[in-house]
Amino acid sequence: MNFDLTADQEALRDGIRSRCVSRFPMKRVRDGFDRSVWDELGEAGVFSLRADGFGLADAAIAFEELGRALVPGPLVWGHLAAGRAGGITGGIDVVADGPVIVEHLDAIDALAVIDAEGVRLVPAAVIDGAEPAARPLDPLTPVHRVGRLPDGDRIGGIDLLTQWRLEGAVLIGAFLVGIARACTDLSVAYAQERRQFDRPIGSFQAVKHILADMAVRTEVARASVHAAACTVDDPQMEVTRAVSGAKLLAGDAAVTNGLAATQVHGGMGFTWEVDVHLYLKRAWLLGTAFGTSGAHADTVADCLPAKGDTP
Amino acid sequence: MDLKYSESDEAFRSELRAWLARALPELPAHPGREDWKARRRFDTDWQRRLFDAGYAGLSWPREYGGRDASPSEQLVFLEETTAARAPNVGVNFVGLLHAGPTLMTEGTDEQKARHLPAILRGDEVWCQGFSEPAAGSDLAALRTRAVRDGDDYVVTGQKIWCSFGQVGDFGELLVRTDPDAPKHRGISWLILPMDLPGIEVRPIETVLGSSEFSEVFLDEVRVPVANRVGAENDGWRVTQVTFSFERGTAFVSEMVEARRLLDDLAALTADQVDRRELGHIAAELDALWALTKRNVSQAARTGSPGDGALMIKLAYSETRARLGELSLRVLGRAGLDLDAPEVGEMVEERLRTLSLTIAAGTSQIQRNIISERLLGLPREPMMTL
Repeated sequence: MNFDLTADQEALRDGIRSRCVSRFPMKRVRDGFDRSVWDELGEAGVFSLRADGFGLADAAIAFEELGRALVPGPLVWGHLAAGRAGGITGGIDVVADGPVIVEHLDAIDALAVIDAEGVRLVPAAVIDGAEPAARPLDPLTPVHRVGRLPDGDRIGGIDLLTQWRLEGAVLIGAFLVGIARACTDLSVAYAQERRQFDRPIGSFQAVKHILADMAVRTEVARASVHAAACTVDDPQMEVTRAVSGAKLLAGDAAVTNGLAATQVHGGMGFTWEVDVHLYLKRAWLLGTAFGTSGAHADTVADCLPAKGDTP
Repeated sequence: MDLKYSESDEAFRSELRAWLARALPELPAHPGREDWKARRRFDTDWQRRLFDAGYAGLSWPREYGGRDASPSEQLVFLEETTAARAPNVGVNFVGLLHAGPTLMTEGTDEQKARHLPAILRGDEVWCQGFSEPAAGSDLAALRTRAVRDGDDYVVTGQKIWCSFGQVGDFGELLVRTDPDAPKHRGISWLILPMDLPGIEVRPIETVLGSSEFSEVFLDEVRVPVANRVGAENDGWRVTQVTFSFERGTAFVSEMVEARRLLDDLAALTADQVDRRELGHIAAELDALWALTKRNVSQAARTGSPGDGALMIKLAYSETRARLGELSLRVLGRAGLDLDAPEVGEMVEERLRTLSLTIAAGTSQIQRNIISERLLGLPREPMMTL
């Protein structure tokens, strides 16, 4: 048992991090997703990591960095579908996610669809009657409302569905941990720089306690996501319990930290100009993907003794 | 990053499991809550059994009678003893989990030889004398005076919240040795033999109706200078060492027990809203256990448990409060009787754990420490210095 990052994992993290800093500054992120983003991430190996011999834990480390930089795009779906679909692949889980709201429809070549029987692949070109939202909640994630999805080609059954739901929840969880971390960093920096009553607002307990809670929430969620990723790679305990717990904590950490960051930034947190709202909006969006917090809490509870059991 | 225990960890686990299966049925019945003499006997007897079987002081070096076990073996020990519902450390808490480790780091050879093996064998019980009525969160404002007189310090003052004060043989005592120095620089850390003349212990009745804490009054108590741990007036630094154990590692066994309580509570819970909350709390406790594994792994590599250790106490005590509240909600009116069969213990736990967000540094003090030491935020302006 050694739950520390290995030297290789630290190198992977640092590599993705420096690429994000140089290639995906907020100015570019604000332009949204396009083929150049996809191609660059592809070159960096983000989609092919596991085909290249890395584990889900390694992929989670990479996705946390992507989340920290708020890189837009259907990145988790692209990672899941790597090797099974060519071109830009988005995705949707029509069983778990409710109404058919498709992300990045104009930018993708194909849509991976998780349905009751497994996974199918639908070419984007054959999806018609899609209504674009003029004002998507997350400005960096355009969405279309789709009436009925064409059948497309089945690429996997229940086994693939199960695998994708677990892996997708872990990777979205990792991305959400990155968002939680970025919200903490932005808020700490702002609290050191913003002065009121002749001193940095970060010296006041009313503010610094919010920041301490943000940091703790992020660290707890990160440990949980890493544990879930390791458990999928090498099952030691109940995989569903570990994965659901991780998605739940990561989703809550990202949203709670997004809200806290808005508060710490005061009036500036309510402006379009400051980046905080982009993180919060993505956290809300990803909270609806690969299972909601409530559904995951129920899944964890189902792993506990039932009423009347002898624990 | 991997969570798999090694073959030797698993061998340790099966050996321990077999020993527990033999040892636990031989234990006498657990004594009543307020029978402190019997509780001391029970807890130190269990400690002696652990010692004889080679399971005492797993993390302690062999030269002090410990096992020098790997960090993962320590985690296996906690997992197995909790699963088997073995007794917890009880009155040995202070000695094993923070006084002992402090002596190991800061004590003289004589102090180590005198106390460490005795703590491990269950021959010596320790209590804590840090807080004072006017020095709680602002601990460095403590006023208990120690005046040097020959080979002794003459100590006068009052301590409060002394854990296990009624049964302690020795106390961790903080005193002011230089009243003229700035408050953090005039403190010394002493070993207080509790049978010295001039010491009066008065139990405090807690919200539980129990008395694990006491007030200790010191009236010209002569403590040998040889009992000082660390240099004179360097006691605040030694205190930080004690805190690093008290806040960083002493909570880990609590956490494992909370996971057991969660299972017990789940077996009583049908309501979907309550079960969803249980799922949420389970996820948090699982995550804190993962974070503990991370801290332990980092400590093994770097010698310091890293940022996570500072966070564990805050996060755990807040999660534990949620679990406690949920337990009362689930029990409903069945929880109105502290002696109710099966569930009374759960209600008692809710009361006991009200102290977790206060003891060993309140949640507010922990947040100050995290924001200043980890996040680098400026200190809050002080009214007076």
